[in-house]
Amino acid sequence: MTRHLARSFVFAAFVTAGLAVPALAQETIVLGAAVSETGKYSAEGMHTKNGYDLAVERINGMGGITVGDTTYLLEIKYYDDESEAARAAELAERLIDQDNIQFILGPYGSPITAAMAPITEQYGVPMVEANGASRSIFTKGYKFTFAVLSTSDQYLSSAIDLAAEKATEMGEDASALRVALAMGDDNFSQDVRAGIVEAIEKHGMEIVIDDKLPDSFTDMSSTLAKVKALQPDLLLVSGHDKGALTAARQIAEQQVDTPMVAMTHCDSADIAGQVGPGAEYTLCAAQWAPSLSYEDGWFGTAAQYAADFEAQFGYAPPYQAAESTAAVLVFADAFARAGSLDRQAVRDAIAATDMETFFGRIDFDETGKNIAKPMVLFQVLDGQYKVVAPTKWAAEPVVYPRPPFAERS
Amino acid sequence: MTRRGIERLAMIAILPLALAAPFLAPAYMTFFTFICIMIVLALTWDVLGGQMGYNSFGNILFFGIGVYTTTIVQIGLFADVGAYTAAYGVETIELTRNQFLIGLAVGLVAAPLLAVAAAAFLGSGLLGLRGQYFAIGTLGLGIAGGELAAAWGWIGGAFGVQVPVFPGEVLERRLLFYFLAFALAAATFLTLKRLYAGHFGLAINAIRDDEDKAEAMGLYTTRYKTIAWCIAAFFLGIAGGLVGQINGYIEPREVAFAGASFGIWMVLMAILGGKGTIWGPVIGAILFYLMKEFFWQQFFGWQRVALGLLIVVIVVFFPIGILGWLKQRFPARFGPSVDMVARAKPGAGSDGARR
Amino acid sequence: MDMIGLLFEAPPLALQLVIDGVLIGAIFALIAYGMALVWGVMKIVNICQGEFVILGGYISYYCWEAGYPLVLGVTAASIALFALGWLLYRTIIFRVVEQDLFISILATFGLAILLAQSMNQAFGADVRTADAGLGNWFLFDNLVSIAAIKLVAFGATAFVAALLIWFMRRTRLGQAIRATSQNARAARILGIDTHSVYAFTYGLNAAICGAAGALIAMIWVIAPFGGLIYTVRAFMIVVVAGIGNLPGVIAAGLALGIVESFIGFVLGAQFQIALIFVLLVLILVGRSLRLRRQRKVLE
Repeated sequence: MTRHLARSFVFAAFVTAGLAVPALAQETIVLGAAVSETGKYSAEGMHTKNGYDLAVERINGMGGITVGDTTYLLEIKYYDDESEAARAAELAERLIDQDNIQFILGPYGSPITAAMAPITEQYGVPMVEANGASRSIFTKGYKFTFAVLSTSDQYLSSAIDLAAEKATEMGEDASALRVALAMGDDNFSQDVRAGIVEAIEKHGMEIVIDDKLPDSFTDMSSTLAKVKALQPDLLLVSGHDKGALTAARQIAEQQVDTPMVAMTHCDSADIAGQVGPGAEYTLCAAQWAPSLSYEDGWFGTAAQYAADFEAQFGYAPPYQAAESTAAVLVFADAFARAGSLDRQAVRDAIAATDMETFFGRIDFDETGKNIAKPMVLFQVLDGQYKVVAPTKWAAEPVVYPRPPFAERS
Repeated sequence: MTRRGIERLAMIAILPLALAAPFLAPAYMTFFTFICIMIVLALTWDVLGGQMGYNSFGNILFFGIGVYTTTIVQIGLFADVGAYTAAYGVETIELTRNQFLIGLAVGLVAAPLLAVAAAAFLGSGLLGLRGQYFAIGTLGLGIAGGELAAAWGWIGGAFGVQVPVFPGEVLERRLLFYFLAFALAAATFLTLKRLYAGHFGLAINAIRDDEDKAEAMGLYTTRYKTIAWCIAAFFLGIAGGLVGQINGYIEPREVAFAGASFGIWMVLMAILGGKGTIWGPVIGAILFYLMKEFFWQQFFGWQRVALGLLIVVIVVFFPIGILGWLKQRFPARFGPSVDMVARAKPGAGSDGARR
Repeated sequence: MDMIGLLFEAPPLALQLVIDGVLIGAIFALIAYGMALVWGVMKIVNICQGEFVILGGYISYYCWEAGYPLVLGVTAASIALFALGWLLYRTIIFRVVEQDLFISILATFGLAILLAQSMNQAFGADVRTADAGLGNWFLFDNLVSIAAIKLVAFGATAFVAALLIWFMRRTRLGQAIRATSQNARAARILGIDTHSVYAFTYGLNAAICGAAGALIAMIWVIAPFGGLIYTVRAFMIVVVAGIGNLPGVIAAGLALGIVESFIGFVLGAQFQIALIFVLLVLILVGRSLRLRRQRKVLE
């Protein structure tokens, strides 16, 4: 509640700041965005919006963007997509048609991004998105859609690789590992699953449980009873915030002692805070972490970004916020390099992007996805999300296998 | 001016306005397109809800069937649907202009046929239920449709389906769908107007006013009820097909079997305008959609709260609707209202004991 | 189907599923009882049942976060929801009571949207859970685990149910509610203020939902838009058991809990929810067919 109040105050501060800006009669570039203010993605939508706002504020605070010989300030026109794909498609059209927006920032979530991409493509309006990770968005030959984040198939496949690596280290056969999956029934989670299955096939492992979590599920205890009975070596869960929190809670309650438990969205669901010691040793897939050694000219290091974000919004930035900020930086960089505000010129400049940011390197392949930035894995250790993989950035060594609940103090 | 006169004037005024609208305000073309679709939704709901007294919550099922059928047929004519959807949207197909239009045409013929088949099948089962039990029986239809579609892998499952990209200019595509939607709205309106004026209209009104008596007089009530549902399903199927195409991306629960949005709006629009009239749903649809857009632009984040409030206000405080109110105030000009007819008959309609 | 084999190999697993099913089914039954009460007395199908549940959950979540004991959370949720229900009746519901079911379904659907969206604005969309930290019990060498909180919730549910039965049977107000439910007009003639009875009934239902929601927030997770599934479950139980059939509601609630638990185990989580809808449609079609047969006899 307090956090929410803090948000409202920050929002009020923004409004006041926003009113002050036009008085300078500066030239502005207006970016359009449909984010989920209401509906099932509204928590993540809020992170997205905060990420965008922080970037705009920072860029404007540093004097704006020089395009050719004019200096522009940035501004964002928001609509609420209500977490619905149908609405987002309609809004994309409205932004372009009725509000004359030339540049679009992505919404939150793969289905919604997938609904907006065909529209922006038809109008030839560049969209830089930060929260649509499903690979299906990048196989349509879209020329105007760019994503700063890693695609969803990479989310948990790294956990499979990690388990294989550990098994080999311990002198065991990686192909003997057995995997249990509980994956949400949406195109993000199913793409996560596809990536996992590819990795599993690569290592020759076996899937023993393959449950789908429907949209409105409330309970995982039956799935976990199966896990307890079959005793797989890995348990992988992907079902947005609800999936992560339900899984963490019930794994602790039923004391499911699978050697490795990995999931998505655990930091945005705050499993360490809400479930407490029971969530220890859970692995979490993340696009970004404050402890990574990335840096840029706008925010400094990833850690400085995290500090600035927390000062502004009163909570530590989940990666959803960081990637959203990075999307605005891509636009800023491309405007400057394009030297004009022509849509095609900006689109070409975006396509040629190769930049270092606090969020990681950004370099788009010809389908528009960022191929320069790897995923990271956190592990919940002492109530903190510590980076444990890839080894290059590992703050702590991974604890594998998880100690059984009975042996924890 | 008489009721006839007002009606004729309205119809004459609408036609040139509708034809010119996309050129006068091209930026709002999609908005106009959706108004046409909304009119179809409200009108078709009113066939059962208003004219026949059978309140259905399940009409969205036929809409959803239309959404899927049109696009699946369009894809299926020129590509392997299973392979296309099995890739979870990873594959893409490119249709030529002729292929796209032929696919669309065939799809828009198949959609209403399938929707009608579903209505005939369900109608023979569910329409045996009387009055409020029918309403409860239809509650689950839309949800069940969405869950089934989300579970059926061949049509894309929970992933949904990406509609093939229109091979041509943006403006052209939007004009095409605007005029298709307008033609559909006009066809729905004129067909229903004609039907209501004839024997069929009298029959379903008789069912609304007293089903037992109607049956005793020798009307095959279940047959009439099923036919009425089929008529509604026919136009809903086409409307669904258009919406899927306009939207470009079909999602089972939010686009196709969108019970919480289109499904409930169609009821509200008909009630707002006035149940059991031909113009009521039209007026209700336009007004409701305008209000919805207004909330949307004015209350960032709170628009759904406002929408919920609007539903409560319409249903609880204004159930007679605009036309119903006009009829009560000016019966000479607008004709007697449904409620007045119902009230004239003892023991019918709502139990007035407490009022 | 190898999962069925597994159940035979390790019978404690089946016990686990039954226990889980019963403990949670009791809460479903409680919510369904509230729905049956309002349906029976006021002839209203309360679609915003699930939203009452979630709201109760939030109240108990914030009590838990502030460090108050569980009992207080449940009590606070019931009292707050009773007040809300009473208020809603006096402002809105009194206009749709005794009207066509269709009108009340629409009106309470509107309320459901209103409540869910308001909760989203007020509490944020974050998924929440109140972990009371009561620990777990283990049987059969850790194979069967019972969360203590689920047992507590079951006890609380049984207590509330017993309280309700006593209230309906023994108190003047309870008798007035039953009288109104049998024949509202006659009750009015006999001097019962049916308006007050309705207001109390609607408030009572909201309070029941609030208590159930408070328990659900402690057992599972809550989110602003998670209400619909509880409405659907309650609706299904009432349709199966019939209105005014308390033993039937309890039996159907427990059965639903157990069946869901077994389906989730044998077929997978994806069928757990789908099953509710399938059952609902099957039951409705079955009823419709039975009605038709009766009509045939008349012909």
